Amino acid sequence: MTTAEKHEFPMSRTCPFAPPPAYEAIREEEPVSRVRLPDGWAWVISRHEDVRTVLNDRRFSADRQHPDFPQLVKGEAASRRPDEERMLIAMDAPEHGPARKAVLGEFTVRRLEALRPRIQEIVDGQIDVLLAGPKPGDLVDALSLPVPSLVICEMLGVPYADHEFFQEHTVKVIKQSTPPEERWAAMGAIQGYMADLIAAKEDNPPDDLLGRQIVKLRAAGTYRRTALVNMGLLLLVAGHETTANMISLSTVAFLRNPEQLALIKADPGRTLNAVEEMLRYFTIIDVATARLCVEDIEVGGQLIRAGEGVLALGYSANRDPRAFENPDELDIERGARHHVAFGFGPHQCLGQNLARMELQIVFDTLFRRVPTLELAVDVDELPFKDDANIYGLYELPVTW
Amino acid sequence: MRIIADTGRCVGAGQCVLTEPALFDQSEDEGTIIVLNEAPEGELVEKAREAARVCPGQVLSLEA
Repeated sequence: MTTAEKHEFPMSRTCPFAPPPAYEAIREEEPVSRVRLPDGWAWVISRHEDVRTVLNDRRFSADRQHPDFPQLVKGEAASRRPDEERMLIAMDAPEHGPARKAVLGEFTVRRLEALRPRIQEIVDGQIDVLLAGPKPGDLVDALSLPVPSLVICEMLGVPYADHEFFQEHTVKVIKQSTPPEERWAAMGAIQGYMADLIAAKEDNPPDDLLGRQIVKLRAAGTYRRTALVNMGLLLLVAGHETTANMISLSTVAFLRNPEQLALIKADPGRTLNAVEEMLRYFTIIDVATARLCVEDIEVGGQLIRAGEGVLALGYSANRDPRAFENPDELDIERGARHHVAFGFGPHQCLGQNLARMELQIVFDTLFRRVPTLELAVDVDELPFKDDANIYGLYELPVTW
Repeated sequence: MRIIADTGRCVGAGQCVLTEPALFDQSEDEGTIIVLNEAPEGELVEKAREAARVCPGQVLSLEA
């Protein structure tokens, strides 16, 4: 058994289109190995098969408020509040299943399909904004952020006029360099807003996601405002930053790989496959899938003991040659659906099919309506989010 | 081939429906799996295999 910790985590990306270089060595040489964290250590899990195992086994807990849960920011454990109501992402069975199922009906493939025309309208509207603005324009500002933001605000019943408030605080929450106190303050501000918004919906619940949840949970006798505030926040924050960054990064990838772009332009039937490949290729949330082992288990030949932390490295799994041939190549026709960019197991992204649809509509519409789209600066000059827990771009100057 | 779904462990991700809506649907209320056709034939057999492969809860088993 290896006990020495060769590497420190979390690691930064050095190339915008590849995982941190050490991932490959870890995956090939010591696929389950100990790494140093700011305050302690954890196991990293780097192979596709092992990552899926960890994320789908109840012997690993998602309770990030537990004092022993692996922490990626120094001193973060001190700010944990073990008694505070858990967000869905921090719940384990048996609490997790019913809480997730209460809201899943809003995100079924069929339900989301009904939103397609409205999402198309939103995407077209934002492309109008881009085209009407100055050249070069910022794609993040005109398209990447407003599209998912408008969509999730409308679904939840959050006034879009308040989206700047959320974005400002969300950025603080996901920036690795934000001190824990500031992160908690930012969370507190969003929490307070959401609590007021939900309270205002209680008297006469409107026909939006939050309103329908109030009605549904009341009928089941399980309605509690604090729980719905957490759910609303999770959906709002998760719906803002993730899809936005995927839109920006994928646009860069398509512009750098015109032969791949040509494939979807020739046949939009390929776009969903392209979406899966982009998700795999960038894996914008890498170390969010940390877990705490609560019962001894062997993973990839290594015994992991109860009380030890693990980091399931999605980005390494998604570049594992055992699961994907030529994993470092962008190939929209590879059939990448078994990627773990949305995680795996009971916590797999709740909004994944919304994200897929938004990305599909953006890819098809943007390159059709703006066929001469190009980057306005060199790729080297683009401000990538090397300092954020969700990878992406702060700005994307484009011209046409 | 026969499709068996362990619905209790379904995580409601809808990956099976995306794979083949002729074989799978989701319950309206909870988003969990409904097998529309338990005995696929022809091209649908491969689709069932793909659905089992991508299922995030690994709830699908296929009997020959």
